[in-house]
Amino acid sequence: MSPKSVAVWVLVGLVGALGWGILALSRGEEISAAWLLAAALGSYAIGYRFYARFIADRVLKVDKTRATPAERLDNGVDFHPTDRRVLFGHHFAAVAGAGPLVGPVLAAQMGYLPGTIWIVAGVIFAGAVQDMVTLFFSTRRDGRSLGQMARDEIGPVGGAAALVAVFAIMIILLAVLALVIVNALAHSPWGVFSIGMTIPIALFMGFYLRVLRPGRVTEISVIGVALLLLAIVAGGWVADSSLASTFTLEKETLVLWMVAYGFIASVLPVWMLLAPRDYLSTFMKVGTIALLAIGVVVAMPTLKMPAVTDFAARGDGPVFAGSMFPFVFITIACGALSGFHALVSSGTTPKMIQKETQVRVIGYGAMLTESFVAVMAIIAACIIEPGLFFAVNSPAGVIGTTVQTASQAVTNFGFAISPEFLAQAAKDVQEASLLSRTGGAPTFALGMSEIFSSVVGGAGMKAFWYHFAIMFEALFILTTLDAGTRVGRFMLQDTLGNVHKSFKDVSWKPGVWLASAVVVGGWGYFLWVGIKDPLGGINQLFPLFGIANQLLAAVALAVCTTLLVKSGRLKWAWVTGVPLAWDVAVTLTASWQKVFSEDVKVGFFAQRDKYQTGIDAGKVLPPAKNMGEMHTVVTNATVDGVLSALFAILIVIVLLDAARTCLKAAGSPETVRLSEVPWSESKIIAPAGLIATPEERAELAAAGLDSGGGRAKEPVA
Amino acid sequence: MSRVRAALAKARFLVREFSGEAAYDRYVAHARTHDPDARVMTRRAFERARTDAREADPREGFGCC
Repeated sequence: MSPKSVAVWVLVGLVGALGWGILALSRGEEISAAWLLAAALGSYAIGYRFYARFIADRVLKVDKTRATPAERLDNGVDFHPTDRRVLFGHHFAAVAGAGPLVGPVLAAQMGYLPGTIWIVAGVIFAGAVQDMVTLFFSTRRDGRSLGQMARDEIGPVGGAAALVAVFAIMIILLAVLALVIVNALAHSPWGVFSIGMTIPIALFMGFYLRVLRPGRVTEISVIGVALLLLAIVAGGWVADSSLASTFTLEKETLVLWMVAYGFIASVLPVWMLLAPRDYLSTFMKVGTIALLAIGVVVAMPTLKMPAVTDFAARGDGPVFAGSMFPFVFITIACGALSGFHALVSSGTTPKMIQKETQVRVIGYGAMLTESFVAVMAIIAACIIEPGLFFAVNSPAGVIGTTVQTASQAVTNFGFAISPEFLAQAAKDVQEASLLSRTGGAPTFALGMSEIFSSVVGGAGMKAFWYHFAIMFEALFILTTLDAGTRVGRFMLQDTLGNVHKSFKDVSWKPGVWLASAVVVGGWGYFLWVGIKDPLGGINQLFPLFGIANQLLAAVALAVCTTLLVKSGRLKWAWVTGVPLAWDVAVTLTASWQKVFSEDVKVGFFAQRDKYQTGIDAGKVLPPAKNMGEMHTVVTNATVDGVLSALFAILIVIVLLDAARTCLKAAGSPETVRLSEVPWSESKIIAPAGLIATPEERAELAAAGLDSGGGRAKEPVA
Repeated sequence: MSRVRAALAKARFLVREFSGEAAYDRYVAHARTHDPDARVMTRRAFERARTDAREADPREGFGCC
């Protein structure tokens, strides 16, 4: 390292350390979000520069002379070497969704510090490592999927368990995301109208791309985004008009619409709804996240939430139950460590990567960016009045349904807030009520409207920005419902194909309909349960989702660790082994507590026993209001408890199978059979990072290439 | 002036690559490198085939939570 770069990195380190210092040492006083940003960005820079580089160079030994699948199998369509900056965008758009916006908001009930520490430390040592290592190994295997790698490298049992896990996670994921949207849209004519309008807009875009001007994605996306903004503005007009009652829907009605939408969207041809929606949500995602980053930096809001709340130690928070360990670490999955990313890192991206050396910027770098989104979500949640935060995020069973009861309950938590403040906050964003709008999206939207309205438009624009943020989240959640239902259906068809051949044929309509109905029925069931549960749907289901997502991360990290061992990198196995051990400890502790805890707020079976005893004695226990609700609690608690146990069992199966394979490989390395594609020479010259280094620039210039790189014009040694 | 033009061209290239608009050009170029007289699909047919491929395997392009 040159003296100049040493100086720069010392400075970066100091900025990060200063940020952490201020965060940790502030007691009682409100501090600026700038310190949080400094801590996060400083740490990311150090992590990327040093740790990611160490993993790439020393552990994985990325080989710039080795051709990637994109180069070897280039068919101009799905395998093709793609400019690293473009691929970074694709990969980021594929991994980041509503997840990093939801988890951190919920975790803010314990204060901003626990969540922030986990997001930053988690991504540097676990999440980004997982994404990068999975991407690397999948690239060496022609883009094999995580499930295939689990089967090939661990064994059939671990592979099958991984498959079941992916399917179960898909169902829970879709239910939770749909629940977030239902909670945000209930009794909100503005929201329902503008989200509803996305369907005709998408249909129009689909028609445009299919019939009018095939393939002109940019122009139609610009038109689509303009129409979308119009729909948000028009939502405000609708909410003020006589049409408002038509678009004021109960949760039950919304669930039925959602289920119907999920089924129809997933059996319609891709070009009609899914493809155009994808373009829209990608555009909105990248645009809004960039705007938000600028907004946070310009507005530099103050964090009003305490660094650590009393709920962190006591574990009796109203948003989700349980103590900081393990529950913060499963509530925040996306943004710190998300198993789902392993599915993306092992699917499309490896088929498009130009050079092996780029796994660092794409795998590690894109995950750092997602983590940054999660940090912004935690900022958004912590700059609003804490009393408002708890009124929005606590179930109705805890805070009642009027601003008076909510004000009292929240003030009792220790966060004083007046009924007038709660009423005014709802009025500012033109909603009838903000109470118990659990799920994170409305809280995030409140924070975002606070930030944006302080930069553009003032208080008068609050309602617009609030609904803009709701639209932004709803858009990709609905896209995920459609796409996720298709993926679940595909997996189901594939499995049923072993029973009856016709199912394997993905164009066989009865099979498509049946499998779609099963998948939609699965998440629809949990969604229905989620809105009906007297204990609060998010409160009950979100931990289940977190456990499931971290379970998938355990599968991915187990595959990575096994591969490190099998490929002769035993001494580096800790790189994924330590995050794996941590993840397993978190996930198994959480499942254990969810199954066996005596605390009725935490343990599903303790809940079941309490309410069953109540039923037997003929008593109605609050927050249930009648016997019907008592039975609902018992059924839900049983189902959730069984699922928690199932997830724990799956994780143990995968781990045991992986351990068996690792021990065998470590004991007799000569028996190891790797399904790695043999080395062949790469003729492509391209920089490893987003910006070419001076040496890389010289190399490109010598080969007559621009900054995007490519095949050398003449053979160079 | 030429630097501005170069920067705009680069931006256009990146946007077209990112949105997938460049996919057809790439396909044609790819087909032509192997056989200059190769018969290629029309843009309409190509875009249809590309979208319909997702029908067959929806796992491609599935994002995260």
